[in-house]
Amino acid sequence: MAVKRVGNQTVILQKPPIILESASIAGKKEGEGPLADYFDMILEDDLFGEKTWEKAESRLIREVLLKVIDKACLSYSDINYVISGDLLNQCIAASFGVRESQIPFFGVYGACSTMAESISLGSMIIDGGFADHIVCMTSSHFCSAEKQFRFPLEMGSQRPPTAQWTVTGAGAVLLSSDISGIGITKITTGYIADKGIKDANNMGAAMAPATAATIVAHFKDTGLQPDYYDMIITGDLGKFGGELCCSMVENEGYKIKDRYKDCGVLIYDLEKQDVACGGSGCGCSAVVLTSYLYQLLKEGFIKRILFVATGALLSTTSSQQGESILGIAHAVSVERIGI
Amino acid sequence: MTKKEYQTYVNEKAPKSPKLINGIKAFVVGGLICIIGQLIYNFFISLGLLEEEVLSITTIIMIFLGAILTGMNIYDEIGKFAGAGSAVPITGFANSIVSPAMEFKSEGQIMGVGAKMFVIAGPVLVYGTITSVIIGIIYYFIRM
Repeated sequence: MAVKRVGNQTVILQKPPIILESASIAGKKEGEGPLADYFDMILEDDLFGEKTWEKAESRLIREVLLKVIDKACLSYSDINYVISGDLLNQCIAASFGVRESQIPFFGVYGACSTMAESISLGSMIIDGGFADHIVCMTSSHFCSAEKQFRFPLEMGSQRPPTAQWTVTGAGAVLLSSDISGIGITKITTGYIADKGIKDANNMGAAMAPATAATIVAHFKDTGLQPDYYDMIITGDLGKFGGELCCSMVENEGYKIKDRYKDCGVLIYDLEKQDVACGGSGCGCSAVVLTSYLYQLLKEGFIKRILFVATGALLSTTSSQQGESILGIAHAVSVERIGI
Repeated sequence: MTKKEYQTYVNEKAPKSPKLINGIKAFVVGGLICIIGQLIYNFFISLGLLEEEVLSITTIIMIFLGAILTGMNIYDEIGKFAGAGSAVPITGFANSIVSPAMEFKSEGQIMGVGAKMFVIAGPVLVYGTITSVIIGIIYYFIRM
């Protein structure tokens, strides 16, 4: 019997996995933003010494994996699984980034919700007693994402004010079966929501309904109220999508506005960095969680957060065939346990 | 909220592009590009070349300028500012061919540069050619 399930979408972990360490690498533009001091490493050049953007993104994965394992004073052989994915076709950044490690690998795709998806799966594997150490990570790269999903970099075009800027960066957490630290206590897995938005320059609006549904489901399933958390933080809804999501959650009777934040809004200076509605991409929520949020939790400035990574599921083929952009969002509770 | 209601709600609430300012910027920059073209045209006419030759020379030079500015990572900045003002003139056409060629160089000369070069401009070439053939046929019959 599934004794750890509550409600329709949530599981409560009986032995909450602990984030033993986290690591983050951010691109040049992100390194000029307000969270610069929190990143483990900032790239001087977004090619990262490689010949192509895709190779650079794979290197982000490789380096962030090494870094998180190093910080925890472990080695490749101590890691039971690595769970990773990215935005590139067939998740090549993840697979090519991990290829030298010989760690058993699960590739996942949840678009920009990948960080919460990989943490969800990793946590359940540890709580189930199947592993002691799992690295969950993801990446995105502005240039490789633009090349795949939009226009060539050197093409002269304008972005509408609802557009977002794909974050160059990678974040990794090392989950362990330890008993105290910053733990993953609850997981609410989102379902795919489709409100018929087709504008690829308005991803926030495409993802907001799914995000609101996941947040509301989390509170309904667990019986908790928003004030249980010091911060409810979404992945990359951006400024506009965040406003939409907040008002949808509030319409359901949960007041979250005073503690609501969005990683896409935090990572850039929206006024000065010409990013329209803010950051996006798998790397957006991943680097904010593994740098700024982890630091705040570690130092005790905040005790509990609901981390909700948000994804827009589409491909250039689905868009060209007239399909709408599907939204998905997964929530994980990250809390200080026994410290 | 139904899909329709949500889409209407989003359209109402979404921040809008500053259409008037964008229009003015496009008008000014597009106009400047045309003035440059006109100056080049006047220069070659003053050298005593035939008008037909000068039209070709001017077009070739404008395409060259568009391509070289793309290669120097400048045309995308102009495009960000001017929008349609720099996309519509022939310099923008050059930009739309050179930029994917640069981007897909990493996939090799054949499947990268060669195959992807026309990924944006391709439809313009296809439908431009078809339209000119149709217009040509109509013109032929009117003249008869």
